[in-house]
Amino acid sequence: MADPIRLTSPLPSPRPDAPGPAAPVRPPPPGADVAFDIRDFSLWYFAHQALDAVTIQIPRQKVTAIIGPSGCGKSTFLRALNRMHELSPGVRIAGEPRLNGENLYAPQIDPTMVRRRIGMVFQKSNPFPTMTIAENVLCGLRLNGVRDRPLLRERLEQSLRMAALWDEVKDHLDRPGTSLSGGQQQRLCIARAIAVRPEVLLLDEPCSALDPIATAKVEELIHELKRDYTIVIVTHNMQQAARVSDRTAFFYLGQLIEYADTRTIFMNPANPQTEAYVSGRFG
Amino acid sequence: MNPAAAAASALQTAPPGHAWRQLKSRGMGAVMLLCCLLVMAPLFLVLYFLIHEGASAVDWNFFTQLPKPPGELGGGMANAITGSLVLLAMAAAIGVPLGVLGGIYLAEYGSARANYWIRFAADVLNGIPSIVWGMVVYALLVVPFKSFSAYAGGVALGLIMIPLVMRTTEEMLLLVPQGYREAALALGIARWRMITVIVVRTALKGIITGVLVALARVAGETAPLLFTALGNNFWNHNLAEPIAAVPLQIFTYAISPYDDWHRQAWAGALVLLAMILVLNVFVRIISRDRKFN
Repeated sequence: MADPIRLTSPLPSPRPDAPGPAAPVRPPPPGADVAFDIRDFSLWYFAHQALDAVTIQIPRQKVTAIIGPSGCGKSTFLRALNRMHELSPGVRIAGEPRLNGENLYAPQIDPTMVRRRIGMVFQKSNPFPTMTIAENVLCGLRLNGVRDRPLLRERLEQSLRMAALWDEVKDHLDRPGTSLSGGQQQRLCIARAIAVRPEVLLLDEPCSALDPIATAKVEELIHELKRDYTIVIVTHNMQQAARVSDRTAFFYLGQLIEYADTRTIFMNPANPQTEAYVSGRFG
Repeated sequence: MNPAAAAASALQTAPPGHAWRQLKSRGMGAVMLLCCLLVMAPLFLVLYFLIHEGASAVDWNFFTQLPKPPGELGGGMANAITGSLVLLAMAAAIGVPLGVLGGIYLAEYGSARANYWIRFAADVLNGIPSIVWGMVVYALLVVPFKSFSAYAGGVALGLIMIPLVMRTTEEMLLLVPQGYREAALALGIARWRMITVIVVRTALKGIITGVLVALARVAGETAPLLFTALGNNFWNHNLAEPIAAVPLQIFTYAISPYDDWHRQAWAGALVLLAMILVLNVFVRIISRDRKFN
């Protein structure tokens, strides 16, 4: 593993070519263990309300799992965190989700800057088909204007090592990204996401298309990555939530029903709906 | 009889009417095969006639010499072949950028309502008879500048290309899975960069295919050139003056009373077909391994 890389910085976004590993740019403010501070956040698709007054504090450098039955708004919530939902038509929001105390939806904030600090990995692995493994990892940096070759080389190895993929691909970095197996492709996507050094990684069901061995590798990776990143993971798989996360939030019908330490949610939930869901009685 | 033998004989016993149904099936199969052959027949007829009538006139002179005056044997279509290439280059210079950028707008930016009307307009334009394009360009460029010109011919062909290229570009871009766009945006890449470097790059082969198909389509157009490029029996040294083109030369020669010109018209048609065939083979090669996943 490369040295852990820590990044915390105020908006607007850190330059992607800022020298890493970097020390915190400013002293941690009070309440620094909270990354996302979200109060009364609602979201509509046209007239349909997908999120209803969600209030949640997501801790820094921990893994927070979002669970709930299909259509409960968990993916919507995740995509709202880096403003990806703005690609969908008819979306309206209320509330001010804050990262490190700064409103992600403030009018002067460009969604591109938000996404540079909040990376995302998707359900279906999606390495760019026209690019090699190395180009995939570096494309976030290159397309943001980084030209410094030694830095790119360093980031390439660092990111692939952090994604636990380096040893498998180091001898054929110039093969197409799509030539890898499904599990490797997903780790390549994780390497691509962390190459731009975001603060937060959002994982949208990252293992749902993977076999058990590949899943185990990605889960192990999540454990490693939380030393450096705040991780929010949406999962359909409750065992996975129990294995990888420190905190778990249960969503149902667009509302946050219960949010607590993972152990509490699975062993001793306060809400009967949570209890019914985690024990497999519905969902 | 044991059960296994009973099962075997049940399979061997055909239900009533089976032979008649098989006969009908074979009969319909034969009818459809005949229809297929009838569809293919014109293609072979065209090839047969072009080669039979034209191959003898396709020689070195045909590609290197200017047309001879009536009554003199020999000569060639060097100026018309060059002219066609010049006209195609001008058409591409107009049709490709406008068509591709328009297609990108349709696929990536336009609102559903605007796109509906733009698509409708493009489809109407695709249906406009090519001679109408010729007349429009005649009114727009030939009359004001008081001269037939290569420019006018190139513009006419380019205008025909725009809606063709635009619609294929749009369709190719829409084939690129949304996941790549999201992945690029999630890296903090600006939208226009996402579109140019990721989406257009992924669909590039399809877009080039569309451009080549559009070029092949306008390469054989005669009507829009009749009163724009006009045709020319000599080398064109000034694009503001009339220029020769293979389809125009074929037209001129075919309606002439001279046997040698008729032969050359056939030869011209053969060369034109070969040019379009080459373009289509390119299209096949490029689009062979087009895949996105």
